[in-house]
Amino acid sequence: MSAPETPEEMAAAAEGAPSEFGPRRMVLNMGPQHPSTHGVLRLVLDLDGENIVNCQLDIGYLHTGIEKEFEVKTYQQAVTLTDRVDYLAPLSMNLGYCLAVEKLLGLEIPPRAQWMRVMLTELTRLNSHLVWLGTHALDIGAMTVFLYCFREREDILRIFEMFSGQRMMTSYFRIGGLALEPPRGWRERVKTFIDVFPSRIDEYEDLLTNNRIWIGRTRGVGVISLEDMLDLGVTGPMLRAAGLKIDARKDEPYSSYEQFDFEVPTRAESDVYARYQVRMEEMRQSVRIVRQAMDGMPSGPWKAEDQHVVLPDREKMKTQMEALIYHFKIVTEGFRVPEGEVYQAIESPRGELGFYVVSDGTAKPYRVHMRTPSFGNLQGVPRMVEGSLLADVVAAIGSMDFVLGDTDR
Amino acid sequence: MLPDNLRKHAVAAAVEAFDADAVTGGKYDRKELTLETPPAKIVSVCGFLKYDQKFVRLSTVTAVDRYPAEPRFEVVYHLHSIEPCQRLRLKCRVRGEDPVIESVTSVWRSANWYEREVFDLFGIKFVNHPDLRRILLPDDWEGHPLRKDYPITGTRV
Repeated sequence: MSAPETPEEMAAAAEGAPSEFGPRRMVLNMGPQHPSTHGVLRLVLDLDGENIVNCQLDIGYLHTGIEKEFEVKTYQQAVTLTDRVDYLAPLSMNLGYCLAVEKLLGLEIPPRAQWMRVMLTELTRLNSHLVWLGTHALDIGAMTVFLYCFREREDILRIFEMFSGQRMMTSYFRIGGLALEPPRGWRERVKTFIDVFPSRIDEYEDLLTNNRIWIGRTRGVGVISLEDMLDLGVTGPMLRAAGLKIDARKDEPYSSYEQFDFEVPTRAESDVYARYQVRMEEMRQSVRIVRQAMDGMPSGPWKAEDQHVVLPDREKMKTQMEALIYHFKIVTEGFRVPEGEVYQAIESPRGELGFYVVSDGTAKPYRVHMRTPSFGNLQGVPRMVEGSLLADVVAAIGSMDFVLGDTDR
Repeated sequence: MLPDNLRKHAVAAAVEAFDADAVTGGKYDRKELTLETPPAKIVSVCGFLKYDQKFVRLSTVTAVDRYPAEPRFEVVYHLHSIEPCQRLRLKCRVRGEDPVIESVTSVWRSANWYEREVFDLFGIKFVNHPDLRRILLPDDWEGHPLRKDYPITGTRV
């Protein structure tokens, strides 16, 4: 039998009819060391020709036992662990954890600290979306976008460094407020960036939005229905690209998000292109929020007034006996958190990030569970890629914007 | 029995009206509602909450180890309703010896991985789960790290 030539022969071959080429089913292992799985994700794909029949995910390569580690750290020490979970959005992780513990403590955070948190969290969202856009475009074959995105990301990381001394693992939000006083000249630095950035977004859009190759690779690809996503635990921009206006910043505002004016962008198509459009619009909205926060930044203290929880000012610690004692107590023993449990959900760049913190009244958390968006989102992958072409898998999983550290914890 | 102070919460009252034995306790603390359910009732309660009370999303399933107290484990479900925006925590107490509870994958498919994670890290078995195996740790791992009697550090000898 020769290679299929007539349409009938081709159709028969596509049906999986036995031919000299043998059975057409094969299993393809993708990952864990595969550049376009963005970390150590392993997909086991069951293929019929180029069509995916079945897809199984294998995760856990980056499991570090962080939830166990929480149980032996004091509440304040544990802030540094949260950075390392979702390493593309460390400040979102800091924020979720701090809000949860502050809820347990019943601690009131001064407006300046709240607004500063909003501003930096939105910069984090930009940071994360830039990495997503760059790597996603790179997967699909647009190299230039990657270089442009990392150029701007560098500016954001320098802003983080200015605030906290660290580019990525900032740990800048602490229970009770901020780690350090906002540095002198932060406003000019943020302003310089935020004035230029919208034109940079235009630049990315010039490269992609009407690009025929980009549209060809993304439109109608990776479609998944809203019902499936809700049932499978998918959250964030994925849902918004399917037309559901859901955003924890609007629905259950935290850290004074209710005082900011911004839109929640949605699209109806629920394909890779729609997710691209949603995230691009989200970046523009984040710029709006950062600008509002910068212009309207309240004055006043940047940490809460609670000497049992918040470290005293350096000046007081050096001059007042009482402050010195509190400082010593907090550093050596930590602070006790009243018994109870809370679940704090925030909108991370990837979706719903939830911190479930259980306290037994001691200085260390009894149990911390992180409901991470990437873990929930990845459950939607099989539904999204089954029935599609192998070449579309890369585009589809890229549009999900998961972080494996966030998945495996 | 539903505590009297929770009757004013519509969801709590609805669950009690649905099945008077389905609520064994609960609390409203820090603006969060928690209901306790006997493990035998978990699937029917979840089904009621999803189809009748619009809790379309299961945010997460996790567990808390109360070692050495008995019943040792609390399996905790966080439910989320989008319209109206509302969250609910369900809690089931499970014994420490051979802990077993019914899976809610028939209600929400998302429970699949959440329950596998709890099985992996706590060793709680979920009956009727379609694919119950370890998810984060290697298949040949011994023990369940998030249990309180599992050491933080140490080497295996």
